[in-house]
Amino acid sequence: MTRVHIKGGRLVDPKHGVDRPADLYIAEGRVAGIASAPRGFEADRVVDATGLVVAPGLVDLSARLREPGLEYKATLESEMVAAVAGGVTSLACPPDTDPPLDEPGLVEMLTRRASSLNLARVYPVGALTAKLEGERLTEMAELRDHGCIAFSQAEVPLADTQILWRALQYAATFGLAVWLRPQDPHLAKGGVAHDGEVATRLGLPGIPAFAETIALGAILQLVRVTGTRVHLCRLSARESVEMIRAAKRDALPVTCDVSAHHLHLSELDLGYFDSHCHVVPPFRSQRDREALSAGLADGTIDAVCSDHTPVDDDAKQLPFGESEPGTTGLELLLPLTLKWSREARLPLVQALARATSEPARILGIDAGHLGVGAPADICIFDPETYFTVAPSGLRSQGKNTPFLGYELPGVVRWTLVAGEVRFERG
Amino acid sequence: MTNPQSQGQLSANGELVHLLTLEGLPREIIVRILDTAQSFLGVTEREVKKVPLLRGMSVFNVFFENSTRTRTTFEIAAKRLSADVINLNVSTSSTTKGETLLDTVDNLAAMHADMFVVRHSQSGAAHMIARHVGPERHVINAGDGRHAHPTQGLLDAYTIRHYKKDFSGLTVAIVGDILHSRVARSLIHVLNILGTPEVRVIAPQTLLPAGVESLGVRVFPDMRKGLAGADVVVMLRLQNERMRGALLPSAQEFFKYYGLTPEKLALAKPDAIVMHPGPMNRGIEIDSAVADGPHSVILPQVTFGIAVRMAVMSILGGA
Repeated sequence: MTRVHIKGGRLVDPKHGVDRPADLYIAEGRVAGIASAPRGFEADRVVDATGLVVAPGLVDLSARLREPGLEYKATLESEMVAAVAGGVTSLACPPDTDPPLDEPGLVEMLTRRASSLNLARVYPVGALTAKLEGERLTEMAELRDHGCIAFSQAEVPLADTQILWRALQYAATFGLAVWLRPQDPHLAKGGVAHDGEVATRLGLPGIPAFAETIALGAILQLVRVTGTRVHLCRLSARESVEMIRAAKRDALPVTCDVSAHHLHLSELDLGYFDSHCHVVPPFRSQRDREALSAGLADGTIDAVCSDHTPVDDDAKQLPFGESEPGTTGLELLLPLTLKWSREARLPLVQALARATSEPARILGIDAGHLGVGAPADICIFDPETYFTVAPSGLRSQGKNTPFLGYELPGVVRWTLVAGEVRFERG
Repeated sequence: MTNPQSQGQLSANGELVHLLTLEGLPREIIVRILDTAQSFLGVTEREVKKVPLLRGMSVFNVFFENSTRTRTTFEIAAKRLSADVINLNVSTSSTTKGETLLDTVDNLAAMHADMFVVRHSQSGAAHMIARHVGPERHVINAGDGRHAHPTQGLLDAYTIRHYKKDFSGLTVAIVGDILHSRVARSLIHVLNILGTPEVRVIAPQTLLPAGVESLGVRVFPDMRKGLAGADVVVMLRLQNERMRGALLPSAQEFFKYYGLTPEKLALAKPDAIVMHPGPMNRGIEIDSAVADGPHSVILPQVTFGIAVRMAVMSILGGA
């Protein structure tokens, strides 16, 4: 194991409220010392972080790696490289692979393949129902024993509220967390864009905001009766933020996240059918976007995630409604979070909490902080340098992003996982 | 406000390169198309109904969605301009073999198509094709999903101008399925661009898109109120599959409350004209007595439609 001395950087550790110049000493894959070297420490490697921020590696609550089954869109290799290039050291992957992650064997294969790559740490989210079909519960306890950190329906909302109720009860029995993206499948049926002025003008079938809030209301009621720990994924509507605020006031065991792209874009960015803006949930109005940004700033929304979804060109080069939704995001999570923090006038230490310590808390993992003894998962980045988003600059196999051509702040220089340098920008 | 440049249908110096939507199109371009159409109307009434403006050019009618009627009017328009016309019904050929939309377009471009007339069931398909083929070839949107049907909007504007001369004092009522209608959207845009002071939409809530007022219309759930004082009544076609279900309970009830009968038409101005993009559902959105009556200009619309499509093609073809 390498002993690393990270020298001259600005240490930002949100969990401990730290933002000060401090050297970091790493040994045995963990933080061994802050500011002063542990007794007898001899560095094998010195990383010069002068002028750079030294922060915990990012923890991403939603990144699709496309394996198994969808390797033509992306491979584990390509996306894990993208992760560390984006400073992401831990990520949760949703179960919407092909086949879905509904059996221990599949989960085991994925985690084994991922750990053999020695890049970011992967935490699979298991399917809540077999094949995500919304009928039969998966063997959740067994899947948990094989590494599933939570259970979800990915983008296939449960239409049957009785099954949702039973799934939450069953999960609560074992203390398992259930992750749900609130969407009423009937109200959203056929829709491809926010049901508002832009969809009306473009003639695109709409998904009303209440498709989200009605489902969210049902979920919150079920949380109230079952006590299940529920994490709500990718809120998109202003009213959802209000509902979560009220639920937290009532001390319901809920957390939630928003995607980094929803902090910056609205329905107006669809322009004339830009299929890169075809995402789920859809980009909504400016007011919705502002409420998401404010909700993340005040902590109503706990975390920001990339919702990384690599899509091949063929699936994007289709008329808007037929194109496959999703955006590539692992390498833009940090830049978009930094851009958001500047616009929201939030101190860096608070902003980074939303992408490090907070998602780690939701996952229940020892990550996302840099106290002595913490795993040395570290992202060292230049917060002041801007770069232009271009397909050639992205390591992900997915080049699909509405931010192509944007100037964004934040360039990752080094990423360490368990004390080893796993990414270095030359 | 939308920038018409960004739609990719105008060149840097403001020339029409493609016709994708009427939204954001400069008034002068619309007037030029209508004036050009007027000059072509004579051609369609001559014994030799041809002018050589597009001789040597190939016009490909590429219909990913079936429509014999619209395709035929484009075909006639192109032939009267002496263009070579190739009709492709793509829904029954390539796409069922797994070829992508852009593959199909590339293949046709390789056959030296100068102009594509495109109809597709998805909103935005024409924009995508236009972006793909670039400014060297011209794309005419002959209907994309619910989004736009610009030549229909233009022929409707032409018809209104023909009978009413001026838009500045008009009340136009559009009745029926606005939600799914590209005809309604294109008509609303052109009427607003030409300065129509009152554009009304008349429909039950289930057939109105969210925030329809933002398009520049007033909403009238009650047809009688909406028709009061109208100079122009435009009836929309109601698709069969929408007559019974969650949007409407029955064709009968729709006809009772939103069908145009002589009695309801009497609420409009005495010289009101009645339009319909066709094909009509008699007894569902329109009573035969109105469709065939003295206020109806439904058949002249078809004649004007050919002249308007000739005008669009000749302007795009640089003739």
